[in-house]
Amino acid sequence: MLAQPFFPFIPQLHIPDGFLSLAVAAIFWLLSLVFVAVGVHKVQKTFNERLIPLMGIMAAFIFAAQMLNFPVAGGTSGHLLGGALAAIVLGPWAGILVMTSVIAVQALLFQDGGLLVMGANIFNMGILTALVGYGLYRPFAASRRTVQMAAIGVAAWFSVMAAALLTSLQLWLSGTSTLNVVLPAMMGVHALIGLGEALITVAAVSFIRQARPDLMGAKQVREQGGWGWVAAGAAVTLLALLLTPFASADPDGLERVAINLGFMHAGQDAPYQLLPDYTIPFLGESPISGILAGLVGAAVVAALVVLMVHLLRRSSTLTNRRA
Amino acid sequence: MHIDAFDQYQESDSLVHRLDPRVKVVVTALFILSNALLPDGAWAGFLIAFGLIALVAILARLELWRVVKRSFIALPFALAAVTIAFAAPGPPLFSFALGPWEFTVTVPGATRFLSILLRSLLSVQMAILLTMTTPFPDLIHAFRHLRLPHSLVAIIAFMYRYLFVLSDEALRLLRARAARTARLDDRAVGGSVLWRARVTGNMAGQLFVRSFERSDRVYNAMLARGYQGHLYTLSPHEMSGFDWAALGFFALALLALQIFARIG
Repeated sequence: MLAQPFFPFIPQLHIPDGFLSLAVAAIFWLLSLVFVAVGVHKVQKTFNERLIPLMGIMAAFIFAAQMLNFPVAGGTSGHLLGGALAAIVLGPWAGILVMTSVIAVQALLFQDGGLLVMGANIFNMGILTALVGYGLYRPFAASRRTVQMAAIGVAAWFSVMAAALLTSLQLWLSGTSTLNVVLPAMMGVHALIGLGEALITVAAVSFIRQARPDLMGAKQVREQGGWGWVAAGAAVTLLALLLTPFASADPDGLERVAINLGFMHAGQDAPYQLLPDYTIPFLGESPISGILAGLVGAAVVAALVVLMVHLLRRSSTLTNRRA
Repeated sequence: MHIDAFDQYQESDSLVHRLDPRVKVVVTALFILSNALLPDGAWAGFLIAFGLIALVAILARLELWRVVKRSFIALPFALAAVTIAFAAPGPPLFSFALGPWEFTVTVPGATRFLSILLRSLLSVQMAILLTMTTPFPDLIHAFRHLRLPHSLVAIIAFMYRYLFVLSDEALRLLRARAARTARLDDRAVGGSVLWRARVTGNMAGQLFVRSFERSDRVYNAMLARGYQGHLYTLSPHEMSGFDWAALGFFALALLALQIFARIG
């Protein structure tokens, strides 16, 4: 089968059935259903009867775009998840619908991601990425090109990180993984995957803006989503920025919070899954250093993007000269 | 690529193939739900669940081994669950040293890990059986009959229709890039990682523009043929007595399985 060779490159955010507890799966199905239902309503109003062909083909586009990859080093390759790209180019509600369809087809056709846990997968890879991706891009939609591209890069990077964070938390709440191992592992791998996502998203948006400036004007952006998205996106990013270092430095602390709030009890089926003390020496860092690391990561992405925009501009003046 | 290039459907005329797709979708969902409800360490329950998988595979005239082998697609994710084998408190099963660290697998930890793994494999196997015995368009009809949101089902139907078209387009872009990327083994050629990322991003942008414009053309063609926002089907898809019987059999079997796993 043709698509098979591409699958190893798709990052492991597609949770299969069996890895989440029933309670966690049900909660995220509910959350996702609410977002998708509102999304259908909103997008129907914007596109009317154009909704179905446009969204269907855009979903097929994201699926196909996930095949595009580039070699990084040592046999690994960077490629696109697409959640942020879809939300930035089509608007957040349309982005959610597109990603929902992609995740549904991947689960039904390829068993890439489960059915009972599909709600969680839709939330992590479709809704969260739209919140963060669009929310962080929206305030800069009318800014200078360099600023705008930097915002898109940061938004794409954070969208992947937020998805990885929530996936880790869901696995932990389900009693499937211990937080002090799954969180650093997921965040570490996806910090790199997010970098590829950021670079591809920036280049793709910049290409689309040149080829079809009519699709991404300030007017469209205003119509697609308001400041509620910005607030939600900023809130999710801030929460991730605070939670990640706190959780990696003090998993027991987060566990206590979860028990106090009753999350642990709701998520887990057996009492012995309450995680015992189990620490890895090299993870003993303070929350402050973790937050700093997150900010440094964002700064690195921004710098890379500025550099790339510079490259883009140089190559486009070159082409103009040649023409 | 052909329209069903991605479809796992195995053409045959078995009992399972002839079942109404609605029954197959509902049974698959119930089966996965039942797996999630099985308690940790209910080995007999897991075995019976696998018996149901084997029964469906035999009735569908599919090789059980192929189904099992394909279900290993979920295995890489098990890495995320390995840690629980060490973390759950309880009597130790065995321990081993890895560098400076000493790892101890506990009995409840191993039980939990194996149960997660079995639940996942069984669920994936039933989902595979569903896609192997049901053409994707039939699945879409089943969703429509099961009253899933109409527009979402139509979007998914459309996505399936254009999946291979746009995948072809993506492969064309990849081929074009490969054709223009000469490589010498002993010399670094091409640009930096940044440059490569930009080229890939441009390809994604190009693919987007082509897809968007195609959706415009498709939409206009649909309008010209009288499209008013609804997709219709001529297929009646009526439930026969046999369909109801199969649904009842599976519901009862899963109920019995749950009761057995709790008593035994």
